[in-house]
Amino acid sequence: MNAATRATAGTAPTVPYEELLTRYEPVVGLEVHVELSTATKMFCGCATGFGAEPNTQTCPVCLGMPGALPVVNATAVESAVRIGLALNCRIAEWCRFARKNYFYPDMPKNFQTSQYDEPIAFDGWVDVEVPANEAGGEAFTFRVEIERAHMEEDTGKSTHVGGTTGRIHGADYSVVDYNRAGIPLIEIVTRPITGAGERAPEVARAYVSTLRDLMRALDVSDVRMEQGSMRCDANVSLMPTGSTTLGMRTETKNVNSLRSVERAVRYEMTRHAAVLDAGQAILQETRHWHEDTGITTSGRPKSDADDYRYFPEPDLVPVAPSREDVERLRATLPENPAERRRRLQDAWGFTDLEMRDVVNAGAVEVIEETVAAGASPAAARKWWTGVLARRANTDGVAVTELGVTPAHVAELDGLVTSGRLNDSMARQVLDGVVAGEGAPAQVADARGLELVQDDGALQAAVDKVVAANPDVAEKIRGGKVQAVGALIGQVMKQMRGQADAAKARELILTTLGVEG
Amino acid sequence: MSNLSRDDVAHVAMLARIQLEDSELDRLAGQLDQIVDWVGQVNEVAAADVPPMSHPLPLVNVTRPDEVRPSLTAEQALANAPDPEDGRFGVPRILDEE
Repeated sequence: MNAATRATAGTAPTVPYEELLTRYEPVVGLEVHVELSTATKMFCGCATGFGAEPNTQTCPVCLGMPGALPVVNATAVESAVRIGLALNCRIAEWCRFARKNYFYPDMPKNFQTSQYDEPIAFDGWVDVEVPANEAGGEAFTFRVEIERAHMEEDTGKSTHVGGTTGRIHGADYSVVDYNRAGIPLIEIVTRPITGAGERAPEVARAYVSTLRDLMRALDVSDVRMEQGSMRCDANVSLMPTGSTTLGMRTETKNVNSLRSVERAVRYEMTRHAAVLDAGQAILQETRHWHEDTGITTSGRPKSDADDYRYFPEPDLVPVAPSREDVERLRATLPENPAERRRRLQDAWGFTDLEMRDVVNAGAVEVIEETVAAGASPAAARKWWTGVLARRANTDGVAVTELGVTPAHVAELDGLVTSGRLNDSMARQVLDGVVAGEGAPAQVADARGLELVQDDGALQAAVDKVVAANPDVAEKIRGGKVQAVGALIGQVMKQMRGQADAAKARELILTTLGVEG
Repeated sequence: MSNLSRDDVAHVAMLARIQLEDSELDRLAGQLDQIVDWVGQVNEVAAADVPPMSHPLPLVNVTRPDEVRPSLTAEQALANAPDPEDGRFGVPRILDEE
């Protein structure tokens, strides 16, 4: 075993990342499954909503009952074409579905309807923006080539019963819910990604992130990785530096967060290097990614049983998108998300860091709409990436799912700029909006939140506080204007928070005869 | 001319989850060979410019609008299931114990 190889109990030996790069070149291939957000399944009219009672969204077609005939969902085909076009693919003039035959209870038909050698979209590319990293690596753009994007259907959901872990290993039996079986999937497959060197894991992550942005912009999928509506399998192999012969690859399944994509690719590289250094061969197998421990474990080897005996699906006629339809769909493509982000960042005057927060909060669209509804970009950003993003994070929902609309935020901003609410009141109002108490002005009325506009009351509070703090007042008169903060706090307390702090400051200084 | 071996038949039987006795493998290899030869006669009349056909209908783009239609109830879906449990289909252990 190589001196650099280390092994801890139960885990595979690995080679330090920086060291393996001196001897090996990584090759990565990514297969991403995107669940389309159509109302119905790929081949039948069953609803696709998440979280329904088990087996209440099934019918003879998606249960694979004898004699049931599938019919293709027109919207799913359009989404597939739009995804293909957004990935700069060629669109097939004529293509068929194929049966992928295997025995596994997640597909009640004993085959999955997929596409084999005739994908609807092929030969594309997408430019991926890889951000700068902590090790000092600069930001760069990398072109990932797309081999194909094809249509298929999702499988059912198995729950394993018995054993101790709830996992398939050691289970006594399993129970299956077929609500998900038949939901349209688009599988997007890259060509082998070479030449990324030490940044290969980051390229992989940035690619999946770019796909997610594209799918959102196309409005074809929820792309919620944590809910499984976007899933990634990562193929990794190493070849000796200078070689052009691809090494044996492993396929790591269930890599279901952006961070995991990067970590899983990196881990497999270090594991492969240790195997190759020891003079052993990489076993062609699937690997399972473990988010908690950051390692992969052996799944099952590729075997004779992987003979899927694909053949053209006899129950479906070919899909032949006319060139007119393709052009009509091309005209519906959204602005490229990366270009759009740059354009909006310029228009809004945000820093790179601010814009990154906005993107990470999934708030680009809502901020755009909030600004269109009359708020300033800075105010829109403050609310959506601040209080609202935190609230969404706590509740485990998207920021757009809080029940707060861009119009609400613009209205709230109006109440603040007009002097009716101060910042802390605005937060309370927002709480009320999230709680479903109505629009901001309504909530402010109902909760009695309003800055006291009565200057007499404010002046009275100021006089009282100044009289009670002669020493502080003397300091301010003597030029220590920053001491005014202590008095503002007391005035606000007198006013039960319902005063405009800036106005209080002004009045205190005027009362003391000092210029602010 | 095809020539299906005993091993080919055993492989296909495994993929189809059909258990065959040794004596059956020999007999079926011969019979399947005949069937493949028989179907293969099509190649003799189809010229190279005739593409393989997967469907007898000259149709393309038969689709339906993306509109929800009623599903079965869980009771209906599970009516013929031997081991339903909590509205789900019960199935035997998936992985053999090693």
